[in-house]
Amino acid sequence: MSAPGFTNLDSSSAGYNQNQTPNGGAAPPCQNGPLPTHPSMYPPAGYYGVPPPQQSYPSIPNHATSAPSKASITSSAHSHNYYQNNHQQQQQQTQLPQHQVAPSPYSAPPPSQPYATLTSLAPPPSNAQFNQQAFQQQQTLYTTSGPYYAGAPVYPDVSYPSAPASSQYAPHTSSNTSTPGVMSTQMGAPLHQFSALPPASTAAQPGYGTGHQTTATMNGKGSTAAVQNNIHQHYDQSHQAPHNYNSYSGVTQSSGGADGDRPPSGTPSASVHSSPSHHQGLRYGYVANSGASSASATTSGAAAAPSSSSTDDDEEEEEEDEDEEAGGDTSSSSTGSASPVPNNYDSLEGGSYPDSMPPSNNMTNQAPPFGSYGYHGMQSAYQHGQAPRPDASPSHSVYSQPGYQQYSQPFPNLSQLSAALGGLSGVPELEMEALRPVNLLQERNLLPSRPLEAPEPNLSPDLKKVNCCPQTFRCTLTSIPQTQALLNKARLPLGLLLHPFRDLQQLPVITSNTIVRCRSCRTYINPFVTFLDQRRWKCNLCYRVNDVPDEFMYNPVTRSYGEPHKRPEVQNSTVEFIASSDYMLRPPQPAVYLFVLDVSHNAVEAGYLKYFCESLLENLDKLPGDGRTKVGFLTFDNTVHFYNLQEGLSQPQMLVVSDIDDVFIPSHDSLMVNLKESKELVKELLTSLPAMFSQSRETHSALGPALQAAFKLMSPTGGRVTLFQTQLPTLGAGKLQSREDPNQRSSTKGAQHLGPATDFYKKLALDCSGQQIGVDLFLLSSQYADLSSLACVSKYSAGSVFYYPSFHHTHNPVQLEKFQRDLDRYLTRKVGFEAVMRIRCTKGLSIHTFHGNFFVRSTDLLSLANVNPDSAFAVQMSIEDSLADSSLACFQAALLYTSSKGKRRIRVHTLCLPVVSQLSDVYAGADVQAITCLLANMAIDRSISSSLSDARDALVNAVVDFVSAYKSSVSNLQQSGVVVPAAMRLFPLYILALLKQKALRTGTSTRLDERIFAMCEFKTQPLPQLMRMLHPDLYRLDNMSDQGALHLNDTVVPQPHLLHLSAERLTRDGAFLMDCGNVFYLWISKCCSETFIRDVLGCSSYASIPPNMSHIPELQTPLSERVRAFLDWLQDNRAFSSPIHIVKDDTSAKATLFQHLVEDRSESASSYHEFLQHIQQQMSK
Amino acid sequence: MAFTFAAFCYMLTLVLCAGLIFFVIWQIIAFDELRTDFKNPIDQSNPTRAVRRTLFPRVCPNQLVVPEYSIHGLFCLMFMCAGEWVTLGLNIPLLFYHLWRFFHRPADGSEVMYDPVSVMNADILNYCQKESWCKLGFYLLSFFYYLYSMVYALVSF
Repeated sequence: MSAPGFTNLDSSSAGYNQNQTPNGGAAPPCQNGPLPTHPSMYPPAGYYGVPPPQQSYPSIPNHATSAPSKASITSSAHSHNYYQNNHQQQQQQTQLPQHQVAPSPYSAPPPSQPYATLTSLAPPPSNAQFNQQAFQQQQTLYTTSGPYYAGAPVYPDVSYPSAPASSQYAPHTSSNTSTPGVMSTQMGAPLHQFSALPPASTAAQPGYGTGHQTTATMNGKGSTAAVQNNIHQHYDQSHQAPHNYNSYSGVTQSSGGADGDRPPSGTPSASVHSSPSHHQGLRYGYVANSGASSASATTSGAAAAPSSSSTDDDEEEEEEDEDEEAGGDTSSSSTGSASPVPNNYDSLEGGSYPDSMPPSNNMTNQAPPFGSYGYHGMQSAYQHGQAPRPDASPSHSVYSQPGYQQYSQPFPNLSQLSAALGGLSGVPELEMEALRPVNLLQERNLLPSRPLEAPEPNLSPDLKKVNCCPQTFRCTLTSIPQTQALLNKARLPLGLLLHPFRDLQQLPVITSNTIVRCRSCRTYINPFVTFLDQRRWKCNLCYRVNDVPDEFMYNPVTRSYGEPHKRPEVQNSTVEFIASSDYMLRPPQPAVYLFVLDVSHNAVEAGYLKYFCESLLENLDKLPGDGRTKVGFLTFDNTVHFYNLQEGLSQPQMLVVSDIDDVFIPSHDSLMVNLKESKELVKELLTSLPAMFSQSRETHSALGPALQAAFKLMSPTGGRVTLFQTQLPTLGAGKLQSREDPNQRSSTKGAQHLGPATDFYKKLALDCSGQQIGVDLFLLSSQYADLSSLACVSKYSAGSVFYYPSFHHTHNPVQLEKFQRDLDRYLTRKVGFEAVMRIRCTKGLSIHTFHGNFFVRSTDLLSLANVNPDSAFAVQMSIEDSLADSSLACFQAALLYTSSKGKRRIRVHTLCLPVVSQLSDVYAGADVQAITCLLANMAIDRSISSSLSDARDALVNAVVDFVSAYKSSVSNLQQSGVVVPAAMRLFPLYILALLKQKALRTGTSTRLDERIFAMCEFKTQPLPQLMRMLHPDLYRLDNMSDQGALHLNDTVVPQPHLLHLSAERLTRDGAFLMDCGNVFYLWISKCCSETFIRDVLGCSSYASIPPNMSHIPELQTPLSERVRAFLDWLQDNRAFSSPIHIVKDDTSAKATLFQHLVEDRSESASSYHEFLQHIQQQMSK
Repeated sequence: MAFTFAAFCYMLTLVLCAGLIFFVIWQIIAFDELRTDFKNPIDQSNPTRAVRRTLFPRVCPNQLVVPEYSIHGLFCLMFMCAGEWVTLGLNIPLLFYHLWRFFHRPADGSEVMYDPVSVMNADILNYCQKESWCKLGFYLLSFFYYLYSMVYALVSF
């Protein structure tokens, strides 16, 4: 690469860039179209999203650096690109043409675009304009779509070792950024497919072979190394730029959508590789970078670029890369010029970039898109970071001074501003809507047409975008009241609902030597911290000012130095760290699974063993774990049986310990065996186990001793104990008596014996918890088995409880099917071992009570021996000190666990919410679903500690208090009736539904175990599941229209409207689907249309529908396809797949469906209208 | 100057009361440890420390509760025998409170007064702390009252 070439290029590129300006202004459709979407999509894109354009390119093999002769390589690189795109987008190919449509004028020759731009650099400006527009178009496309694909593979290699996680990003971001409307909906499936990417990334690696491989790898290490050598960075940058360019071409091909585009693109790219064009490529890349980071091509950046590049030219060839980087930096700093704080910026920018002033003024038009970037201010700030470098160009130092001030200003401003915005412009319409008083006695149709979404916190858009997903982290009040007094006035509970270990589609995984945390409160750095300047950040929980460590200055995403605000930790509110040995007490434990199986006569009779063994055999290879995974088996009736599975034995040996008063372990090293080594023996055992006990006549069950044995067996390692129990334990420690009086089942006074009968199981669970053993209980009992005592063993060891009442393998196929489905999910789901979770919150807030399965170790620390992706937690909060001095309240949940692969990891979720001082704001931000779930948890605690009727009264009082508080404080209307704000209009309905749940109902016959199980579910189920159980979703299926339907891949998922849960909605000629969370009911009315019955159920008439039908046949009719698409879509949204029951109007199963119609009057509970009247009466008292 | 049974009772209760004060202070420290655990900035996520710290209150207050109650019961018994009705009257409310507390402990048959799984509940923790402070005040006051009464019993005859 010759210096002269550079100068030429620079000048040309400068011209090009400047041309860009008018175009940028002149062609708003090009920019504005995609741009605003970019911000909105930004959060998912997260850290791959924004910075990536720079960072992602490097992964794409370096065409640009290669000489012309390397055409072949480049083409291969192209193919890599192409493949990468392909991988993600096999199904998206249909989608991609839409990209082309957007840039309409230029779209006609999409593949040729890149080349046109490249060749046109030197030639006339008019061309350049055209190119530039085209380019911008590309830019928006590519920065969004192309680079990410390319970028994604890099992450796993460099610093984000978890390939799957990072790989999932790419499609996501791309989809979001490119064509939000259409793509976002379609992206669901590609995400799943995307696991194919990591290989692609490795495929792309060879591209580095052109000679940059070394540097590339250096970088890879550099990201983990504490301080990155400058030179390396520059190399990176240089690579990146070319890669950009290449990636464009690559992307254009793919965006062309046809495979045929590939060869032509290959040839031009080869021609491109002459050094000038190469340089142009660089230029492009850099502009693209700026565009990507700012979501538009900034003129000021363009203006700044020439100056920096000209200074670069003075330097040696080798440093050209640095120059590029510098250019990139200036551009990025210029992107900072278009900020949500235009005034600030104009003045600041004016000082820092005198020559870029005019364009920057123009750019203020583009401020809105920029506003999306939470930390735009830092971009300019970052420039300063470059300045101190010895080799930095002098021009930088000019900028650096004013740039410095920028940090200190934009950042505090940001939070203040957000608060101000929140108060002023923060969606007043929405707030008004949320506060609209609703008289429940008059308005009958309250349900939204689609399931309720979580309300959005009233934050500034940039904070909103990075905020934690409501499915993971939800607060009952999305506007936190300033003081406890205000909270008391609102009469609503303040609390969090957490689903911390949820299966995530995308999760940034971060490896670094130092995990940046606040020095005083140990909060992990998160998107809501404030950067005072480049080297200091202020904790958002305790407000302490901390230093930014050196390593944090290097950004592995952009591969640049001095951009801490662009680090993934600061761009994502949900991140996962690979923890160092500081976070270990002992080497991470292997995945250890012990199965404790009841083989007494009762169990043999129920016949679960065969199905369990089948399921485990099937999933043996899918058990989460690595080469160290250990398994063990233990069976018990009136004795405890161990199985020696030592490798080398010809068949499993059974060891019987009959001394149940003092159980001992017969052999220490051969009972828990390495799954890999002893797989054959394990398989043999599983095949022979069901037959071994088929003749068992032993009716006693020594559960306690078996659990003690399990504890002894597991205590050296910790792990997961899976317990299958089919009856009341009758022998040894922990034996229980039947406490249930069947005559009391339908008592209206309440239920007795909700608490445990003995503390044996609790103590055992605490011991287990101490040894990092989690116990999961599967209770398959037809008789009373005292679940309230047995469940303790799971409750305090952070396990989960499954209950199958009246399980029998032939008599109860419904339960059997559910058992099998649950087992499949249970055995293969992720598991985290030896976990602790700590929840931190802004100073002034404190944690009151936890709900869920765990042991509370200290006020904010939960000990979780096992953590599974299906259990959720609830936390009650209280406000101890006034929050008046802060406008934002933050909550951070950090879950430290050992993955099944033996990695110590920390998953951090951060939620940020505004603090308000007005009662009306509190009501406007109330999240009715979260409030209901938290109240349900509190009611269950109350019913155990006090009594059921007490808990029910408390729930009714919660509604009464709230309605009267609202009436007296906010609404000035003197109208009578039950008036609530619109945001809370479903509150009385949900509470009524809660009172009719198995857990809390009285008067209806409810078996004690089922009641206790419902309580356990309330404590552990995640919110969406809980809401479906509480208030099932009812849809009418026979007249579904495509209106508002989702388009996923190539299937159309209709979205029928929600119906009220009342029998009056079940018309006589319809087919209705009720989604109860863990089961579906398809209700077929008597006069249901023949076409529906024929097309969906495959039966000729209503009469010919079999009585216990429990599946939907796969018919090829359009109606059937739509119904199944809808059902599949519903299934995809939950962890455990639910069985479907087809219920005819005349069968006895009708009653099970009708008990879910909570708005109707039942034998012992009032209807919704009566409930409202009751509340009104209570209020007037 | 007479060494009556009442004087003996007061001397004994004086010693035992010092012991009770010690117990209560111990409890206060234990609850405070529990509560302020998170204030310790170092090694938040280091489970050993947390384990050690929680084991402490899990064991200690519970082991001290029954001795405390029985010692207090002994006081009442002795004052009844000695015919010190005023002193007995002062102690009766606490005796009833102890009896109530003992019979309303967690219902699952465990002997522990402070349930390790629910003691971290803010309400319960607050209650326990308040209870301990009140008792400390009561025992301190009664300590001086016993001292005075002892001297009075010794010199009055």
